[in-house]
Amino acid sequence: MNFLSIFVLIPLVMLLGLWLARGVNQVRGVMVAGSTALLALAIYLTVDFLAERAAGNTAEMLYTASFDWIAPLKIKYSVGVDGISVAMLLLSAIIVFTGTFASWRLQPLTKEYFLWFTLLSMGVFGFFISVDMFAMFMFYEIALIPMYLLIGVWGSGRKEYAAMKLTLMLMGGSAFLMCGIFGIFYGAGGASMNILDIAHHTGGCRPIAVGEQCIWFPLTFVGFGVLGALFPFHTWSPDGHASAPTAVSMLHAGVLMKLGGYGCFRIAMYLMPEAANQLGWIFLILTSISVVYGAFSACVQTDLKYINAYSSVSHCGLVLFAILMMNHVAATGAVLQMLSHGLMTALFFALIGMIYGRTHTRDIRELAGLMRIMPFLAVCYVIAGLANLGLPGLSGFVAEMTIFVGSFSNEGAFYTTLTIIACTSIVITAVYILRLVGKILYGTCTNEHHLALTDATWDERFAVVCLIISVAGLGLAPWWISDMIGTGTGPIIDVIQSAVALNPFH
Amino acid sequence: MDYSQFLTMHAELSLLVVITILFIADLFMCGDKKCGKGVYNTCLPVVLLTLHTVLNLCPCCGQCCSESVSAFGGMYQHTAMMTVMKSVLNVGTIIVFLMAHKWLSREENLIKQGEFYLLTLFTLFGMYLMISSGHFLVFFIGLETASIPLAALVAFDKQRYESAEAGAKFILIALFSSGLLLYGISMIYGATGTLYFDEVMQHWGTNGNANIAVLGLLLFITGMGFKISLVPFHLWTADTYEGAPTVVTGYLSVISKGAAAFTLLTVLIKVFACCAFVATWDWAFFWIIVASITIANLFAVRQKNLKRFMAFSAISQAGYLILGVMDGTAQGMTALVFYLLVYMVANLGAFAVISVVEQSSGKVGMDDYNGLYHTNPKLAFLMTLCLFSLAGIPPFAGFFSKFFVFMAAFNAGHPWLVLIALINTVISLYYYLLIVKAMYIQPNETPIACFKSDGYTRVALALCTLGVVVLGICGVAYNHIDALSYGLDTVARCCQGCGQ
Repeated sequence: MNFLSIFVLIPLVMLLGLWLARGVNQVRGVMVAGSTALLALAIYLTVDFLAERAAGNTAEMLYTASFDWIAPLKIKYSVGVDGISVAMLLLSAIIVFTGTFASWRLQPLTKEYFLWFTLLSMGVFGFFISVDMFAMFMFYEIALIPMYLLIGVWGSGRKEYAAMKLTLMLMGGSAFLMCGIFGIFYGAGGASMNILDIAHHTGGCRPIAVGEQCIWFPLTFVGFGVLGALFPFHTWSPDGHASAPTAVSMLHAGVLMKLGGYGCFRIAMYLMPEAANQLGWIFLILTSISVVYGAFSACVQTDLKYINAYSSVSHCGLVLFAILMMNHVAATGAVLQMLSHGLMTALFFALIGMIYGRTHTRDIRELAGLMRIMPFLAVCYVIAGLANLGLPGLSGFVAEMTIFVGSFSNEGAFYTTLTIIACTSIVITAVYILRLVGKILYGTCTNEHHLALTDATWDERFAVVCLIISVAGLGLAPWWISDMIGTGTGPIIDVIQSAVALNPFH
Repeated sequence: MDYSQFLTMHAELSLLVVITILFIADLFMCGDKKCGKGVYNTCLPVVLLTLHTVLNLCPCCGQCCSESVSAFGGMYQHTAMMTVMKSVLNVGTIIVFLMAHKWLSREENLIKQGEFYLLTLFTLFGMYLMISSGHFLVFFIGLETASIPLAALVAFDKQRYESAEAGAKFILIALFSSGLLLYGISMIYGATGTLYFDEVMQHWGTNGNANIAVLGLLLFITGMGFKISLVPFHLWTADTYEGAPTVVTGYLSVISKGAAAFTLLTVLIKVFACCAFVATWDWAFFWIIVASITIANLFAVRQKNLKRFMAFSAISQAGYLILGVMDGTAQGMTALVFYLLVYMVANLGAFAVISVVEQSSGKVGMDDYNGLYHTNPKLAFLMTLCLFSLAGIPPFAGFFSKFFVFMAAFNAGHPWLVLIALINTVISLYYYLLIVKAMYIQPNETPIACFKSDGYTRVALALCTLGVVVLGICGVAYNHIDALSYGLDTVARCCQGCGQ
């Protein structure tokens, strides 16, 4: 048994524990124990991974293991991690851990809520450790379906509509994705589902014909892109996030949307490099639209969650934008952006949930002067906002800087123009964040009901502080993690760059 | 005559023994405790059938005989895959018997309890014959034995208007489709001069008259299409499913459909293994699948009665099932049988819930299920698992079976068909989620009261849940089925002019 599988085993044990648990306290106990174990495991993995790399182990994937699963169809349960997956696992563990505390006082049906929550996290962890397309796809879908019930039962606002829309759009994406996976598998000779085998043409796999790639690449990219909020398939995201309960928004925006970017990079582009070179420009234009359009949309929203959801569309668009630039610096930036956006957006959603839990409104026109009433939450909100607009010293700056430096270094007016267009999102982000902070935190409180509200409780403070430490840690000392990510993105970018194909803009 | 030939038919013969035992037992027992005779309960048929399944399956596991055995001059043909298929049907029947307990112990049904088992097992016997036939007449006799008692089962609640009407509809449609099938068989006879599968196959390419044979093939597909309830031959399905007793609906939607689908595949592989025919049947099935999946999905969205809803869901599931027939590959056969197995546990699980709710509250409307989770959480949760499995959501078995059947069709060279089917799974997810939404989210002033289900239903539900959870994750089932499957790519095509 490979130790990466523990990432899936722990949620399984948690599910069992939750099933047996009686009463809220036992449920909380199971969740805290499980999520702490996951976090500890993720930290251990990171440290051990860095030590392995420092010791000179340059294999593309570490801790690989493979077991026959459905032998006649060449489906195996294969695990392995590189720098990207380690970063993502760490991110997921942090979000699950803090998410548990953010939903500490959730009512009703606490047990059921955590059951679905744990199932979702199992899907996420499984996705990041898998290197077999089938297992990856299975975990991907496991992560999607609990959203329906999590939003539908425990959400707020137009929850039924939002839950159904989100589920159907994401499942529509995975329908394309499944077709793309078949295309890749049979296009490469039907010998192996293992991503490494297909990418390096080992284990009986042959290169996929460019003509076939051009059919399956768009399907796969759109399939994952739906989850990565690719314009025009992003419309589930604002509704879904706005209706979801706090911890679910955190997990969804923080981790689940990263599955999209990760999948686009690891499956669509890595396995079909020729098509990526040939057709990447179409998606590059779409992602540039996502980046700018998301930011502009955020400016005109009046609901706190909608603002953040559109901001997520913009930032996740930046992830896809960066990987499509197909060079080392931009790709590292993309993964940094995934990490950074995951952490700060989780922080944002956690704070919004806490504010909403007290004021029972998320309409910015009804909120003002919160800084005096709940200083702790307000200060944290300012920090989250500054991270979001890319203040140096916090995570957002590191990621966006790397992305724009990387993408600007691509030759050709096409890339330069798109980079400049995407750069404008930084300014627009500053506009809506600063306006928002000014509006709801400062000024005088006009609603006397709000004056009696209390500041954060211990569990809320704990969740928020953990996230702020991570955001600041990433912003102040990015080198150790960016080096680690670089070892992961390097081989993939090498494969993509060495692909000979017709790129109209090169 | 060599009487040892009968031994090759051991599955059928032992089923006859089971039927005889039940028949005799019925004389001495009755379900009513007050009548003074022994109590006739669900245990007896369930135990006998379980014994039958185990005995059947054991020799097969030991030898792994993949070569075909034939007896009575080729009238009866048997492969190991067929044993697997028969066992699958047996397991389904056992679950149906367990589900039926509560319904059968109602006062008006007590005296008919024995009839129910006998009729059901006779249809099962017919399906056995149909599956192992090597001659069109045996096939036809099997088919009729499988459908006529089924009509009696559909009309089992004969005092109920809908049940009687459903029975009448079913028998008329069954006869009509048998007529078409017979006509098709006569065409094939006209073209080849024989009804033995092997001989028919050898005639193609030498003296077969292609046009008339293609007509025969199409009529054959039409006849089977009625039995499997594929669009455009599905019009009887919704009414019959709604009117029939819920348990019988479950049996119809899984066992009867499954046996017909498997037979369709084996007969096509056996008889129509010629390139020209393969092209024809691929073309026909392409459109039948697209129509079945799409139309049934669109109709299912609008249904308010859960049994009608399951009828349309079953039609679309049949469409997915037939994806395994495309091109007649071995991979397709594995995928089909596996799909059937998974579909069986998931669908019967859903029907078990519907049935038990109907028995305790008399409600089958979708709105009646509003708020079920708050009164009967376990039942609602099991229903959710089964629906997720039907919709193809991992980690439940339905995801795996859908993946495999799509993979088989993709490998057979039909990527666009797979894409259409995949897009349809999203529609199907929508309507399955409607039920989940009703149970978990919708508020209800008068929800179905909390009730305790009986022990037999619990066993049935436990079996179904176990299947839904385990069958997919453990790849063992698929691997075993795959070892026994065969198709046009593994069995030599016996026609000239194909060049293969």
